Formats: sequence, structure tokens, C-alpha cells
Amino acid sequence: MLNRFRRHALNVFIFSILPSSFLLAQSGSGGIFNTGLLVIAAIVFIVAVYLVTENLLGVESQDMGLKDPSSKKGVKSILGPKVPAYVDGPFKSFRRGHNILLKGVPTPEISDVEVRTFALQPGNFIGISPIPKVVVEVGSEVKAGDELFFDKKRPEVKYVAPVSGEIAAINRGAKRAISEVVIIADKEQKYKELPAINLDTISREDLVQFLLESGAWPLLRQRPHDIVADSAAQPANIFISTFDTAPLAPNSELIIKGNEADFALGVKMLSRLTEGKVYLGLNANGESAPSEGFTNVPHAEKNWFAGPHPAGNVGVQIHHTAPITPQTVVWTLGVQDAITLGKLVSQRRFDVTRIVALTGESFDNPRYVRTKQGAKLSELVGSEKLSDSDRIISGDVLSGHQKSIDQYLDFYDDQITAIEEGRHFDMFGWLIPGSMKPSVSRTFPGFLFKNLKYSVTTNTNGEPRAFVVTGQYEKLLPMDIYPQHLMKAIITNDFEKMEGLGIHELIEEDVALCEFACTSKQPLQKILREGLDFVREQG
Amino acid sequence: MSKLLDFAKRIEPEKGSFKHTLWDGFFTFFFTPDHVAKQGTHIKDGMDLKRTMVTVVLAMQLCYLFGTYNIGHQHFLALGQHTGFLDGFHLKLFFGLGKLLPIFIVTHVVGLGIEFYYAYKKGHGIEEGFLVSGALIPLIMPPDIPLWILAIAVAFAVWIGKEAFGGTGMNIWNIALLARVFVFFAYPTTISGDQVWIGGLTNTAPGGMVDYNWWHSLCNSLFEALGASTFDMNASVIDGFTGATPLILAYQGGWEAVTEVYSQGQMWWGAIPGSIGETSKPLVLVGALILLITGIASWRIMLSMLLGAVFMSMTLNAWDATPFMTVPWQYQLYMGSFFFAMAFMATDPVTAASTNRGKWIYGFLIGAIGMIVRVLNPAYPEGWMLAILLLNTFAPLIDHYVIQANISKRLKRA
Repeated sequence: MLNRFRRHALNVFIFSILPSSFLLAQSGSGGIFNTGLLVIAAIVFIVAVYLVTENLLGVESQDMGLKDPSSKKGVKSILGPKVPAYVDGPFKSFRRGHNILLKGVPTPEISDVEVRTFALQPGNFIGISPIPKVVVEVGSEVKAGDELFFDKKRPEVKYVAPVSGEIAAINRGAKRAISEVVIIADKEQKYKELPAINLDTISREDLVQFLLESGAWPLLRQRPHDIVADSAAQPANIFISTFDTAPLAPNSELIIKGNEADFALGVKMLSRLTEGKVYLGLNANGESAPSEGFTNVPHAEKNWFAGPHPAGNVGVQIHHTAPITPQTVVWTLGVQDAITLGKLVSQRRFDVTRIVALTGESFDNPRYVRTKQGAKLSELVGSEKLSDSDRIISGDVLSGHQKSIDQYLDFYDDQITAIEEGRHFDMFGWLIPGSMKPSVSRTFPGFLFKNLKYSVTTNTNGEPRAFVVTGQYEKLLPMDIYPQHLMKAIITNDFEKMEGLGIHELIEEDVALCEFACTSKQPLQKILREGLDFVREQG
Repeated sequence: MSKLLDFAKRIEPEKGSFKHTLWDGFFTFFFTPDHVAKQGTHIKDGMDLKRTMVTVVLAMQLCYLFGTYNIGHQHFLALGQHTGFLDGFHLKLFFGLGKLLPIFIVTHVVGLGIEFYYAYKKGHGIEEGFLVSGALIPLIMPPDIPLWILAIAVAFAVWIGKEAFGGTGMNIWNIALLARVFVFFAYPTTISGDQVWIGGLTNTAPGGMVDYNWWHSLCNSLFEALGASTFDMNASVIDGFTGATPLILAYQGGWEAVTEVYSQGQMWWGAIPGSIGETSKPLVLVGALILLITGIASWRIMLSMLLGAVFMSMTLNAWDATPFMTVPWQYQLYMGSFFFAMAFMATDPVTAASTNRGKWIYGFLIGAIGMIVRVLNPAYPEGWMLAILLLNTFAPLIDHYVIQANISKRLKRA
């Protein structure tokens, strides 16, 4: 209520002070100015009276034994966020955030694509040593699910082949770090056969062992830090966000179609891994309810979220469900990862089929394709012609990683974005009000057109500066966190403050929108990761 | 455009020289650079610091227009000539320009000179901070400020107030107000009392003579050629004239003393003596509206500062001990530079509190303390400068407590 009052306070302020000032000047007396101030006072008074009566009514109705006084409901429907009719559980609506609408939305149809080359990239896993122990050699044959390498610090976690085929190369990058293990896929896929398990009777230890052996373990990600889950840890809860609000993000309705049973099995498996709960974050932004594959899943608690990006980020949903504390860990995973877990049981094999969205204006025909984890980009984009002046990103434009066309889809990604590089000078770019650039600021006319889709380039639209503007990040991060102060604490290596301000609740994707909007063009994601690494080193 | 770009590229001086710093400053002023995002987000908002600063400068342009004209208007009122607001339009405008342009140029030459030098010395691009400070300083100075004092004040503010702390974004106190407070404490007679707010006179008391120079002779020859009225080189201040501002009058005799000299409409529209750019309330509010609509200034600070000032003037009304305290609270807003301080000074994001909750406290205290200084301080009847600088000092402390509250809340959850 107070929040809403604050929101209206600005309007009242503007609309009462200004007109009254002009009228006053004409009349030459203080009468109308006074009236304006009186109007404000009257509004404040009415709101105050209203709040008091509402509370009194609430007390009264509780005394009378009414659980949910209807008067309260009425108020909510008038002033509160609109709750869609299909919502049947806990509901949170965010005002903070911003949707970046871009051209290049994929057509909602899935096509198959012929990809022969796949790779598993150790660099995709945060926190594992850069030179893991590779257990295969170039030329050896592997089945999908066979181990490729492991991290010497945690040998129990196996990183396995996404497809069956022949190891074509083990590429090394800087400092001899292994950048990727490349596999040429067989025409007919062969899978390592997994033991049958019964999710109702299996013990937690056996289930953990099963997941480690099957190679599916790295799909589980652990917060804080966004690292591969620690098999010895007890996650307080497990979270899955069933929708993605990032720019041009794939539509999970398409992904779940036909996979409902496997998703439900995956969720059931997860519910055996935690003493706490499996939480699904459901999308309440749509005109109609999300797929029943999400809303009717057993063994999970459902929370509904509405609002602009980053409402779909699992970090935001965790914050509003059961926040991470420095003493607890939680696990997260994506919808497609959960489907893969389900297939471990239903098909007894490690199947990392992924529906990947090819998005962005550089694609002639943005669309969805069906492939496997780690597909080679040049083969994945098919007949699309991408030039050197296009930037190819595994992931979305905010938190994805830049790739060359000869590189591979990142392990956790289900989206490729291609946009034009912005190597051009813009005359008076900072001044011209009419230029159409996506912006959270209202100095561009775009804020008047809510549904306008933008062409974008990678131009930074300005040079980096020291932090000047305040309150900008807070408007874009619907969490009770002070991002700018956190960033300053990280820059100054202030460990106590980092923890106190909630660094463990954030990963890069959560501050990506703030970084996009930052007037001073500060690299927030990089700063945050440095802070997370620092915290992890300190233990 | 590409030809212009080629030309600019061709004259690019050697990197690392002072000339290159200068060139870079102007080049990035004309062209947004061709930098592309390297790490992190692949697209960036169209907003940058240049655009932020320029929006603020645009928001105060009406104050510049009115302020320039009002310098001339006040001057001729003292002489008893062209007493209608639009009478002698060209004289008032050219007189105002003759006062404002030197102030504007000195401010920018000194301020930007120091900025450029430090940008070169530290090897970074020229930062935009002085765009706003440099535009604000002329607006808050009396029209007759001696240029050498102005130059020292600007140098002090930019050098000690900003560069010593690390440049744009690092300063503790508002640069423009620092320049003004320097004048206030170092050269008090040039910025207080009832002698300084009307320009171009040897003395604002009756009998004072006009103080014209080559600029006015030059204008006169132009106006003569055009057949328009000219500056009267022998004019003197008329009998019964007082150059006192409403605040001084209110200090002496309450609201009655003010309304004897100035009408409410006059005070509201700003046809009164005062600092160059702050007198016209509606035009300042238009600027404030621009800042609010674009979201560049914090509405929390503006609103809470208004509430703080109203609250304190009501309290003083209730106390009712001196003539100034009896001035009804709503009329306090008619006098002095409250709205200008609210729109452009208190909202400076670098020196204000940086948390939303802190901004409420910060704004409210500026409003309340500024009103106390205005009404209770006999030495200087305007409080916003001192109140804002005081709260600039305490803004980090306010933020500290807001942040600590967040931290302990999180600790309790654990």
C-alpha cells in the first residue's frame, strides 16, 4: 500500500504544483496556490483515513471470525497489481525491471537441423580447474554419456559426451587450458545404458550416485556462485524458473510441448535430492495460463511471478521465495535440464537434446532448431549467412558469451543471438533525441511506445565513466539489494560488506540488466564475478 | 558526415599529448565513439553521461534566458527608466548579455581549463561533470560579481572540490555551490547585503551612478543607427529606491515589509533582484519538470525537500518570535531560491544520498535546515546553499545507516 502511495505521490506533486503556479501568477494572489497545497493535504488526509478504516475493518472482521474480509479483496483488485484469473497460488508482481524488445523474434516452430560436430567445453563450468583430467584420446569412440573428463579436485563429478561418435580434437587455449573436447557425431546415436531406478524407493545416496555416474550431475548448478553442485552438499531448496524474460529468450511453452512427462519425472527426482522443496517459478505475464506441463507438476511448490525482465531470472525468484543465506546453498536448473533428468529414468539414457532459439536481427529467418548440447554454431545456423560484421552470442544479449562461428553452443544455453557489430561513429549521438535506441531512460522517445521493437548494435553508445548516477540499478533489480553499493564494496575488496549486502544472492545474469542501463558503462557482471571469486577463495 | 569524420581523423594529434586530450574531448563531443561492447552485456543503453549532463543543461536554459533579461530589467528599474517589463527590450537584453557573457566565459575557461589539464595528466578522457557545474555557476552568482573573484572561486571549486578528490563522480560537495560558498566566505561583501543584486551601478542607494563601459557605448552606436533608444550615460538611481531582496525585507519587517515593495506576481514570475538565474519560479519549475519526466533528477529528493521546508516554516510560524518567523509558510516559497536549489542543486546525484531511503532523509533535512538558516541567521538570509553543503557532508553517513539496516536485516534472516 505504502509503495503504491509513493508511486502516486509524484503525480500529485507535479500536477498540483505546476498548474497552480501558473494560475497563481495570473491572478496575482496566493489563493490558487494555497488551494493546490490544500488539495494535496486533502488527498493525504483521505488516504490516511482510508488506511485507518481499512485496518479497523480488518480487525473487526477478524474479531467476527471472518478469515478473508471481502473488503480487503476489493481494495486489492482496485489498487493492487492485476492478478490474472489463472493464477492459483502465491503471486508476486514486480514493477522494477525493464523488457528490452528487439527485432529478430524466432518464429514459434521447431525444425530439425543437421549438426555433426559437438563439443564439451570445460570453460562453461565455473570453478573447475582449467586443465581437467581428460580420460579419452583423439580418435577414440564414445557413446553419449561416456566420461570425457573430470575435475581433479572433485573426481566424482563426471563430464560426459553429449553425443556418440569419434573424438576429433582436444583443443587447448591460453596457458594450455583445455578449451573444448570435440566429437564428430555418429549418424546413428548410441547411448550408454543406465541402470533402472525407482524414484519412490531409491535412497538419496543412491540417487546422487546414479546422477554422478550418468553424467547428468553438472546440470545441477549451485548458488551462491553458480558453480556445479557439490555432491556432498544438502541444498536447502531446488529452484526452476519455467520462463525466461531476457531479450529474445526462447519460449518455454514450445520446449515443454511433448516433454511434460519427462519434466515431471525430473522434478520428482529433484524432490528426492532436497530436504526442502522444489520450487517452480511460473509465468503470470501471459494472457493465458502457461502449459499444464508446468502448472500441474506434482512434487513441486509453484510460485507465480509477473513483471518485466528479470522476473524470469531464477535468482530473483529465489529472493522472493526463500532467500539464500551465507550458510545455505540452493540448486537451480533450467527446464531442458530437468527434462534430461527425466529421460535418465524414462529412457534410461543421457539425452541432452536441446531446443535452441536462433534469434536476433542478423538471422534472415529466426527460428527454433532441435539439436544437442554443445552443437557447433556454423552447422547449427544452417544456411543462414552471418558475416564478420555480425556478433554471434551463445545466450542472450545481456549475459551471453561472444563466439566465433567456429565455436560451440555453451553447456547451459538454449539460445543463439546474432546482432550487428556497432563499429560506427554517431554524430552527436548523445544529443539527438529522435534516434531509436533501446533505453530505460526517458530521454529517448522510445519510452512512449511500450511495444516498439528495436534494431540494436553492439555499440557502447558512450564511454565508461565513474559511478555518477544513483538509484538507477535499484529500479532494474527487483530484490532488496543495493547493487551500486555492493559493486563498490567489491571494488574495494570489503568482504564483510559484500556478504552483508547479499553478494551470495546474485550471479551475472541478475545484474546484466543494470549493466545494460548503466549510464557510466561500468562492467558490473565482471565486477560481480570478481567479487564472487573473492568470496569463494575466502571460503 | 563522413567527410567531417575524415577531417576530424586527419587532424588527430599524437596520442599522449595535451593536444590529443583536447582533440579527444571535442571529437567525442561531436561523435559517439565506435567502441563496441567487449565483455558483459553485448548491447548498451543509449544513455551515457554526456546525455545525462546535457539534459540537465537544457533544463536550465529558460532560467538563462530570463536571468539575462532580468539583469537588465532590474538595472533599469533602479534608474526609473523603462519600468514596464517589456519596455526597452533591446537595452535590457544587451545589458544582461554584457553582464552574463563575461561571467559565463570566465567560468568555463577556468573550469574547463582545469578539467582538461587533469584529463591530460591522468590520461583519461575529458569527463562531463563540468558541463553542469559550469552552466550552474553563472546562474547562482550576483550580476556584478568581479570576474577575478569568480575565477578564483571556480578554480577553488574545481581544483580543491573535485580534482583533489579524484574527478567527476568522486567529489563530496556540489561544485557549483562550492564556488558560491567560496565567494560567500572569502569575499562576503560581494554576495550579501542589499547592494549587490542589481548590476551596473556604482551604488544602489539613491544618487548612485550608472557604471557603463565600452560595451554600452558600442551598443549605443548600434542602437542609434537603428533609431532605437539608447543607454543613458548620465542616469542615476531614483529617490526612494531600495535594492533589497524580499528576504532582506522579510528579515526586517516580515511579509508586510516585503509586499510593500514587491507584488506576489512579481516575486513568483521573478522580476525581482537576486542571483542571476534563480528568481523566476515557474521557469525553474519547468526545468524541474523536465528533470522529473526524463527521470534524471530524483523526485524523492525534490518532494522531501519541499516537505521539509514546508514543515519547518510551519513550525517557525507556530513559534512566532521574529518578524521573519511570522511570514506565512506558503509565502516562504515565493522568496529566495528554494525551487532552484530543489531542482538543480540538491538533486546532484554525486553529492546527494545514494540510497532511495537516504534520499528522503537527505531532502527533508535540506528543506528543514535551509529554512532554519534562512529565518534565524541574521548574517545571510538564504539557507539553501549552506543546508545543501551541510547535507552533502552528511549524505555518506545517511547512506551508511541505510546500508547497515539492509545488512542487519540480511543477517537476521541467516
